[in-house]
Amino acid sequence: MATIVYVEHDGTRHEQQVTDGWSVMEGAVKNGVPGIDADCGGAAACATCHVYVDPDWLAATGERTDQEAEMLNFAENVESNSRLSCQIEVTPALDGLVVTMPESQH
Amino acid sequence: MSTAATAAFAAANPARDAAYATPLDKLDPSRPELFAADEMWWNFQRLRAEAPVHYTAESAYGPFWSVTKYNDIMAVDIDHQTFSSEPGIMMVPPLAPGETPQLEGLAMFIAMDPPKHDVQRKAVSPAVSPTNLQILGPLIRERAAAILDGLPIGEEFDWVDKVSMELTAMTLATLFGMPQEDRRKLTYWSDVVTAEPGHGVVETREQKMGIFRDYHAYFTQLWNERVNAEPTGDLISMLAHDPATRDMSPMEYFGNVMLLTVGGNDTTRNTMTGSVYALSKNPDQYAKLMADPSLLPSMVSETIRWQTPLSHMKRRATRDVEFRGQQIKKDDTVVMWYVSGNRDDEVIERPNDYIIDRARPRQHISFGFGVHRCVGNRLAELQLQIVWEEIMKRFPEINVVAEPKRVRSNFVKGYESMRVVIPRRY
Repeated sequence: MATIVYVEHDGTRHEQQVTDGWSVMEGAVKNGVPGIDADCGGAAACATCHVYVDPDWLAATGERTDQEAEMLNFAENVESNSRLSCQIEVTPALDGLVVTMPESQH
Repeated sequence: MSTAATAAFAAANPARDAAYATPLDKLDPSRPELFAADEMWWNFQRLRAEAPVHYTAESAYGPFWSVTKYNDIMAVDIDHQTFSSEPGIMMVPPLAPGETPQLEGLAMFIAMDPPKHDVQRKAVSPAVSPTNLQILGPLIRERAAAILDGLPIGEEFDWVDKVSMELTAMTLATLFGMPQEDRRKLTYWSDVVTAEPGHGVVETREQKMGIFRDYHAYFTQLWNERVNAEPTGDLISMLAHDPATRDMSPMEYFGNVMLLTVGGNDTTRNTMTGSVYALSKNPDQYAKLMADPSLLPSMVSETIRWQTPLSHMKRRATRDVEFRGQQIKKDDTVVMWYVSGNRDDEVIERPNDYIIDRARPRQHISFGFGVHRCVGNRLAELQLQIVWEEIMKRFPEINVVAEPKRVRSNFVKGYESMRVVIPRRY
C-alpha cells in the first residue's frame, strides 16, 4: 500500500491508499478521483491519463517508456515531468507520491 | 440483451444464415453492400469467435487479413513499426492491369509513419487544442441554436441534410478559414473522396478525378492566399507557415486537405445522425437522458462506440510476423475492423446494446489507439455535446419515421439520409 496524492488542476487534493502493483492511473480511476480518463485502459496507447509528477518524485517514478514518450509527444501542455500515469506502478517506495492533473486530457 | 434484440436473434435471419453457411476461408467481411444493408455484423460475430485473425484470399480489394477483436486491434494499432500506415489506411480496389494511379504522389499524415507523420500531425493539432476548442465552443453553440430554431415542426425532413451536414460543415469551414457560403462544397468533396465510382455519389473514375480537380484548385487558391499573408490560425495557414509542412509537394498538401476534410466532417456528421437514430431506437435510454442530463458526456461516448463512424483502418506488414498464431507475411494487408472491436464482449459488456450510462463509456476503439489516434476527438465530442444540449432545451422528442439510408462503404459507416419528425417544441 502507498498513499498517492492526486491534485486536480484547480488544486483539489485527493489522498488515496493504492494497492501495490496497481498503476497510479488505476489508483485514481478505481477510487473515483476525477481528471484522469484512461480511454485505452492502461496500455500507453492514448494520452488521457497524463499527469505531472512532483519534481521531488521524479527519480523514484523512473523514466518514460518508449511508447509512453511517443504518445506524450502528441499530448497537450507536456512538461519535462509529464508522465502517463498508467505507466507508473505503485510500490511502497512511492508512498506519498504527488501527481497533478493537466487542465484537460486530450 | 434486450428482449427485442433476443427475439430478433432467434427469428429467421438470412444475413446471419449466409454468414454462417459460408466456408470460413471464403468469408469476405469487406463487401460494402453488407454495410449498406447493416448486415455486416454476422461476419464479424463469427470471425471474433472462430477466426479472430482471418485471411480473405479473394475480394474486390485484393487479399487481406482481418483483425476483429478489441485487444488485437489495439496491439496492431500501437505497433507502427510492424504495421505501417503507408501507403494508405483505407481499403481500395487494386488497379486494373495497365491502369495508372491518377493521383500520383498523394500523401497525408494519417498514411505516414513516424517521424514524418509526427511533425505533420503536430503542425495541424493546434487547431483542435483545448485553447482553440474554448474559442470554437460558443460559435458552434450559436450555429447549432440557429439551425435547430429553423427546423420545421410537425413536418418530415432529412436530419442528415438539415442538421448533421450543416453544423459539421460550418465548423470545418471555420477551421479551414473558408467563406461559410462554400461550406457544403466540403460535405460534397468529403463524400467524393470516400466514394467508389458507380454507386451514387460519382459514376466513373474520370468523373471523380474531375471533381478532385475543382477541389484541388479551390484549396490551391486558399494556400496561395495564406502563404503570402501573416499567419491567421486556420488549418490552411498553419500548413502554409509551419516549417514541417510549408515545403510540402502540392499532392502532399492536397492529401492532407482530404484527410482533414473527411476526418473533420464525415465522422462527426454520421455520429450526430447516429445519436438521434440510437436514442429513437432505444426510448428507455432517451428517457434516462431526459431525466438526467448529466449523462450527456457519457451518451456522447456511447454513441461514438455504438456508431463507430469509421469501420476500419488498414495497415501493411513491414516484415513477416506471427500474430495470434497466424503467419502474416511482409507487405500483406492487415485490416483492423473497429466496427467489430466495438462489439467484442470480452472487453465491452452487452456490446450490441446501446447503454448511455455504461461504467466505462470512453472505453471504445472508434478513435483508434497509438500515434494515429484521432487528432480531432475532442472537437467531435464537443460538437455532439453542444448539439444535444441545444436539442434538449427545445424538443421533447425527435421521431425517426423510416429506417435511414446507409452509406455503401466498408470505411465510412454512416447515413445518406434519415427522415425525422419533431412533433413539438417546449
